[in-house]
Amino acid sequence: MKKFSVKSIVAIGIGAALFFVLGRFVAIPSPVPNTNISVQYGLLAFLAVVYGPVVGGLVGLIGHALIDFSYGWGIWWSWVIASAVFGVLAGFATKALKLEEGEIGKTGLIKFNLIQVVSHLICWGVVAPVLDILIYNEPLDKLFAQGLVAGVSNAVTTAIVGSLLCVAYAATKVKAGSLTKE
Amino acid sequence: MINLFNYIDRLSPIHRLTGASKLVCLVAWSIAAMTSFYTPLLVALTIASFALFRLARLRVKDISFMLGMMVVYILMNNLLIFLFSPGHGAQIYGTQTVLFKIAGPYTVTAEQLFYHLNVILKNACTVPIVLLFVCTTNPSEFAASLNRIGVSYRISYAVALALRYIPDIQREYHDIALAQQARGTEMSSKASLVHRLKAASAILIPLILSSMERIETISNAMELRGFGKKDKRSWYSARKFSAMDFLAMGVCILLVLVSLGLTMANGSRYYNPFI
Repeated sequence: MKKFSVKSIVAIGIGAALFFVLGRFVAIPSPVPNTNISVQYGLLAFLAVVYGPVVGGLVGLIGHALIDFSYGWGIWWSWVIASAVFGVLAGFATKALKLEEGEIGKTGLIKFNLIQVVSHLICWGVVAPVLDILIYNEPLDKLFAQGLVAGVSNAVTTAIVGSLLCVAYAATKVKAGSLTKE
Repeated sequence: MINLFNYIDRLSPIHRLTGASKLVCLVAWSIAAMTSFYTPLLVALTIASFALFRLARLRVKDISFMLGMMVVYILMNNLLIFLFSPGHGAQIYGTQTVLFKIAGPYTVTAEQLFYHLNVILKNACTVPIVLLFVCTTNPSEFAASLNRIGVSYRISYAVALALRYIPDIQREYHDIALAQQARGTEMSSKASLVHRLKAASAILIPLILSSMERIETISNAMELRGFGKKDKRSWYSARKFSAMDFLAMGVCILLVLVSLGLTMANGSRYYNPFI
């Protein structure tokens, strides 16, 4: 197995703690039961973009599992895994964006949002319902309605929160080639 | 700071088990309950999980809040299933025994009620076990347990870090939220949804940027101390397995085999009383 750098281990730990705090205390209820509008996916997408797919996936997995643990309603593995998959998929945006070089711009934001919307659709429209069918065999239409609400609301919050975070983070980085020789 | 993970320190046989064996049992128990729809097995698991709860000397008072939330959750979930698909039970069990009609497609059938019973049982037999695990395992032993059951210590350490920093980040979130409210940021239900999302970002940006700095500081400190240079590490809170640990793990792994065996012998995941 590939060795993790110390920085990614810490990023996973702190990221999962952030994911937990946001998911547990900043949840805004949505009209469909058992489904919250959750700002933590904006954070997850952002962390995945900064640190890559492995960190993104593990932050989603650990953070979501801890949330379920603390509520004590059992671990909803299907949704925990869907969160992890979202982290991995969003992490593939790392190469497309150059956040560390302090650049994001319009094309970067469009790319970021394109990737996050597609990843949300895959996770909540495909991964979560399919796993729910395998585990609980609940009716299809119910799962897809839940998945759709979760996916759309998560994509909207990610678009707002995630984009803002990317812009704010890029602004703190020194731009590549910002020094000029006199 | 409130105790989020609700660890309740008592003397009981369940508390004496090591975290690692409880984790193995939790995973095995959930697999057994997730894969099967065999009603007698689910009933047995539910009864057993409540019996274990007694054994751990936990009182209903300790967990009344979580229990209440769980009941609401299960009820909402079942209501939603019925609203979307009142004929799901008939579809699974292949027969249709109409009990009474409500309106339109909403006919109550014995099969549908039986399917709901199964869904409730599936929740009822895993939720007490998760609660049991959360209430009887010391969070600081959790990371050591993960490492014991074969998760790489680097990832286990990430989990330990998350548990360690949750209270800190919670406090920081609270501080920033108060500071932003003093500046007039509206977070309550008086503001519209979009407005609240924007307000949430006003808190998130300072919180996350300061966390990014925290990541740098902690990883530098760990690197200085040589973290990750060796293939193994020891844990302060790790304990040795006792005979009870092996017994508990053995029983839970047997449960998985029974659950899978019943599915094979039965020819399907469902126990069908209607044929």
